[in-house]
Amino acid sequence: MAPWIVLRTPRLPVSFRLDARLPVVFISLLLVTLAAMIVNMGVGEFKIAPLDVVRTLFGVDTGVPQHVFVVMNLRLPRMLLAWLVGAALAVSGNIVQGVTRNPLASPDLTGVTAGASLAAVFFIVAVPGLPRALLPLMAFLGALAVAVLLYILAWRRGDSPMRFILVGIGLQATLSAVIGFQLTFGRIDLVTQAMMWLAGTVYATTWAEVNAVLPWIGIGLLVALVLARHLNALNLGEEVARGLGTPVTRQRAILLLVAVALAGVTVTVAGTVGFVGLVAPHLARRLVGPMHEGSQVVAALVGGALVIVSDLIGRTVIAPAEIPCGIIISLLGAPFFLYLIWKNRERF
Amino acid sequence: MAALLLLVLVGSTAFGAAQIEPRLVAESVTHFDDTNTEHLVIRSLRMPRAITAALVGAALAAAGAIMQGLTRNPLADSGLLGIEAGAALAVMVAVLYLNIISLSGFAIFAFVGAGVSGALVYAIGSMGRGGPTPIKLTIAGAALGTMLASLTGLLAILHPLGYNQVRFWMAGSVAGREMELIAQAAVYIIAGLVLAILLGRQITTLSLGEDLARGLGLNVLWVKLLAALAVVMLAGTSVALAGPVGFVGLVAPHAVRFFVGLDYRWIIPYAAIVGAIFMVLADVVGRVILRPMELPVGIMTAAIGGPIFIYLVRAKVKR
Repeated sequence: MAPWIVLRTPRLPVSFRLDARLPVVFISLLLVTLAAMIVNMGVGEFKIAPLDVVRTLFGVDTGVPQHVFVVMNLRLPRMLLAWLVGAALAVSGNIVQGVTRNPLASPDLTGVTAGASLAAVFFIVAVPGLPRALLPLMAFLGALAVAVLLYILAWRRGDSPMRFILVGIGLQATLSAVIGFQLTFGRIDLVTQAMMWLAGTVYATTWAEVNAVLPWIGIGLLVALVLARHLNALNLGEEVARGLGTPVTRQRAILLLVAVALAGVTVTVAGTVGFVGLVAPHLARRLVGPMHEGSQVVAALVGGALVIVSDLIGRTVIAPAEIPCGIIISLLGAPFFLYLIWKNRERF
Repeated sequence: MAALLLLVLVGSTAFGAAQIEPRLVAESVTHFDDTNTEHLVIRSLRMPRAITAALVGAALAAAGAIMQGLTRNPLADSGLLGIEAGAALAVMVAVLYLNIISLSGFAIFAFVGAGVSGALVYAIGSMGRGGPTPIKLTIAGAALGTMLASLTGLLAILHPLGYNQVRFWMAGSVAGREMELIAQAAVYIIAGLVLAILLGRQITTLSLGEDLARGLGLNVLWVKLLAALAVVMLAGTSVALAGPVGFVGLVAPHAVRFFVGLDYRWIIPYAAIVGAIFMVLADVVGRVILRPMELPVGIMTAAIGGPIFIYLVRAKVKR
């Protein structure tokens, strides 16, 4: 069996060279995700058997009229949002790690998501009348501003992965302080609203939220997939990429823009969910190798599954109370991060 | 320097929601009059607060200076390295599960938490070639700190009532501490400061590099253990007293190096004084800019310290 599957189209400037493991990995991850979703939709204050969840999803009558409302209006949007957030963060992390060639880079550790939070909180607290639909845009602009600042500050006669991470940690701390400042300063009812946004949770998701971010994340994921081959070239180093004919500066800018947009948008619906962007790309590379066409897809699936499983854990361990999935992911993700430091111990 | 600290302390007592003339501050110390409201405010509210800020600032700055010398890491800080997060988690456990409410009880737990998390970060950050490099220590501290903070957050969600008791403390604030508490904490902090100052010579030697220090006849293991004890006492007590406050330990020693050079016999005591001044000022600014509302001092130190940290990264991390 050939180790690669190549997909080409004669018309579009797009081609994919996929690892032969991809179909198996793809289908298994999809099954895991669906299983976790179905179990997650069944647990909670109002318990529903997994089979009844599936029946309800396909519009088959289960004999219990509440099932339709609970599944379709309360729990399905939550699952979809969790998946979207996880996928967006994972792909964002995969791009950042590929472009900076830094295995420890991710949008949350470098303050980019904090920038999005800051912008979102600012507009919630300072401009109370702002329509909700504009918040993703504001979060994106906040994330973008921080990303640009990070790049400028980390640049000193060339870029360096070390400075990039360290400056990111500094920015993260400073921005958190500014967010704290706004939370102290703002009107208490607006601040309470803003706090809900920051908590890193998909609690009480509505269809409106899913619809608000779906186009952003959908387009972002699609663009990220199409640009994957440029990521492969960039990952070989700037000189090699230039030699291969990749317009390095432009591609790097576009890719980072997509990564920032994806990470920024998740903040507006789920707050700061850390470590997905760090962990998922590593797992994806382990599953299907370093080529980004495959790892983008798999990273998205891993990220989605990670958030859904964390949400499931958070909903069940101390039921009826809930732990925000962001906390669960931090608890799982931080040890993994420490393991990554250990693995890269000779590099730093 | 000491005169400046005194001036800042008096200033801190004078500024606040109600303005009080500096003259009255002096009077309240020299001839206290318990029928005078302003004297009462000074004695019961303002003074404890200023003293808390000064103690915590001094402790964190000295701890930061020791760590910077010991690990030869210009970015060391008990907040950044996750040591304060460990102490905070341990205090949380003590409050929620063991019903400990006295500061002396807090302090023991804070020491254990600070010690364990510090040792973990150091162990993880020292792996591989080159030993404990600044980058490895900092990212290990950031990761472990995030994890410990998540655990603290988890405990807060599991026990909302218990959390309500410690909420004001978790934010990193120096307001509303009782004089008795402060006196208890002062004992530990002063002991830690004395130990730190006594170790100044050995830390200077160690900051030249471990091999060189050994060649000069230094018992490296003992010095490291004693220095670690001092850090744990200083950082642990300040967390027990004021909650986690970041960046003081980073900023103060660097500021001091401009004046006194690289000798830790001078850096440690001066860093303690500068740290105290920095902390008291940060608290005053946090109280004054949004009057009558107040910003927790931890937010102020991060807002000031974060940019300084970034500057240091740009200046010191060459690769």
